[in-house]
Amino acid sequence: MTVHKNVVCTFCGCLCDDIEVEVEDNTIKSVKKACAIGKNKIMHAITEPPTPSVNGTKTSIDAAVTEAARILSKARNPLIYGLSSTTSEAQRELVEIAEITRGNLDNCSSYCHGPGVLARQQTGLVSCSLGEIKNRADLVIYWGCNPVESHMRHLSRYSLQPKGLYTPEGRKGRKVIAIDIRPTPTTKRADVFLQVSPGHTFEIASALRALIQGEPLEFPEGQDTVGDVPIDSWRKVADMIKGCKYGVLHFGLGVTQCRNSDINVEQVARLVQDANRHTRFYGVAMRGHGNVNGANQVMTWLTGYPLCVNFSKGYPRHNPGEYSTLPMLARKDIDAALIVATDPGAHLPKDAVDFLKTIPTIHLDPHRNLTTPWSSVVIPVAPVGVAATGTFYRMDNVPLRLKKLVDSPFPSDEEVLKTMKEKIVYAANS
Amino acid sequence: MSSIQGLLVTVRTAKQGSAMVSSKHGELYSSEIKILRIHPDDLSAMGAKDGQAAMLTSQHGEVRITCKGADVPRGLFFLPLGPVANVLFSVTSTEESGVPNWKRLKVSLAPCDERPEPRNSGQGAD
Repeated sequence: MTVHKNVVCTFCGCLCDDIEVEVEDNTIKSVKKACAIGKNKIMHAITEPPTPSVNGTKTSIDAAVTEAARILSKARNPLIYGLSSTTSEAQRELVEIAEITRGNLDNCSSYCHGPGVLARQQTGLVSCSLGEIKNRADLVIYWGCNPVESHMRHLSRYSLQPKGLYTPEGRKGRKVIAIDIRPTPTTKRADVFLQVSPGHTFEIASALRALIQGEPLEFPEGQDTVGDVPIDSWRKVADMIKGCKYGVLHFGLGVTQCRNSDINVEQVARLVQDANRHTRFYGVAMRGHGNVNGANQVMTWLTGYPLCVNFSKGYPRHNPGEYSTLPMLARKDIDAALIVATDPGAHLPKDAVDFLKTIPTIHLDPHRNLTTPWSSVVIPVAPVGVAATGTFYRMDNVPLRLKKLVDSPFPSDEEVLKTMKEKIVYAANS
Repeated sequence: MSSIQGLLVTVRTAKQGSAMVSSKHGELYSSEIKILRIHPDDLSAMGAKDGQAAMLTSQHGEVRITCKGADVPRGLFFLPLGPVANVLFSVTSTEESGVPNWKRLKVSLAPCDERPEPRNSGQGAD
C-alpha cells in the first residue's frame, strides 16, 4: 500500500492540493480529505474507459490517431475545442494543431466564464490568491455563485472558516455577504443575504459603485429598490465594503451568464477598483473546470487571445460571437471537430450536438460519456492527475503540478496530441 | 391542471456534480438532471403535486421532468446542468455573445400523466 499525500484534485478551480490517496496493486483504494465530488472523481478516474474506435469499429490507438490526423489534414475549417480539463502541456499541443490546420480554437469558457475573461481584458481585475483570502480577508462576498455545491471546499479551505495569519478567529472574524436570486446552502452561511431578481447585475454593480463613490442616489417615490432589494440594504453593503480591512468579491456564473454578460463583469471589476480607494479589495472569478483558467492562460501566451481564436489566415484572429464554439456550430461552417477533455453530448445545446453528429468528430477522453457513441474517432487517454502528470492553473492563476498515482494502459492527452500533430505535419510535407 | 409560465435557470447541484464524475450512464446522474426545483405555490397553481411529472417547454424543445417543491422564488424554475436541460436551449439564441441564455430562458410548464417516460435523458446516448 502506497499513500500519496498532497495530491491535487482536478475537478474544479479550487484545485485542492492536500488530498491523500491510498494505492495498492495499481488500484486506488481510498481518497481522504477531498469533497464528495473530488472523492468520486478520483475513485472513478480509471473506470469506464472508452474503446479506441473509428466509425464505431474497434481499432488500435495508433490507427485511431492516424485517422484523426487524416481527418484534420483534409478539413477546410476544423474546430479544436474543449481544453478545460486537460493539462496546459496538452493545451499547448492543441494550439499548435489549430495553427497547423488553420482551424478554430476555443475552450469551454466561451459559454461559461468567457464573458468575464473578456471583461478582464477591458478593465483588468484587482485580484489576489486564495492563500491571501485565507490569511487576510475580513469581508467575503459571494455573488451569483454557490460554492457549497460547486466548489465544495472553497469555504473551508480558503474563504470562510480557515484561521489565517491575520484572521486568527476564522469564521468569527469575517463578515459574509451573499447576493443571489434564490436561497442556497451558500447564502445560508452568510451574515447578510440579498435576494435579488434575475437580470439586474449591471444595475446593482452600478448602484454600489455610486454609493462607494459617495454619489447621491435619488429614486422616485416608492421605487427605491435596485434588483428588487431596497437601496438602504445596498447602502449597508457599500458601508461594509468601505469599512473592511481586506475584502474579496467572488463572482460566479450568475454574474457572467446574466443578461448583458461581459459588461456585467466589467462593472463588477470597476466596483472592485472603486473599493480600493477606501480599502484593500479584490475580485476572484469562481472558475469551474479544473484547468479552464489554464486554457485561457495558454491560449493567451501563444496566440495573444484567451478564447475564440481563428487561424484561417495563418495568424491568430479573435472575435467572440464569430469564433465562439456555439455560433460556429449554429452557422454549420465547421467541417471537422477535435474535442479534447469535454463532453459536448452532455453540455451543449441539443442542436449543437445534432450538428456535430453530422461531421467527422474526434474525441479524446478518459471516460465513456455522452459524446462517445457518436464520435467518428474515439481515443481513450490516461486521466490527468491520477495516471498522467502536467500543470493545472487554479482559479487565482496559481499553477500547480499534478501527480501521477497509477499506471494507465492509455497514453496521456499530451502524448496523443504530439503524435497527432507530427502526423499532420508529415502529411502536409509529403 | 393547467400550464404556467416562468424563467428557467440552469444550476450545478451537489448531487449532479457528484454523480457526473462517477458515471454519466448511471441512474444517479440521469435522475438528478431531470429534477426541477420549483416554488410550492407554482406547483399548486398548475394543479400538480411534489414529485409529479411535467413537461417543460421552450421555443426550442420540450423535456419531461420531475417537479420538486423547493425554497425558490415564484416564477423561477431551477434545473441541473445536463443533457435534459440542453434540449431546451439552442445555439441560434446566444444574442451574438456565444453564450446561450442559461440563466433566464422563457419556458412553460404543464403537468403530464404518468405514462412511460420518453427518451429525453441523454441526447448523446442514441
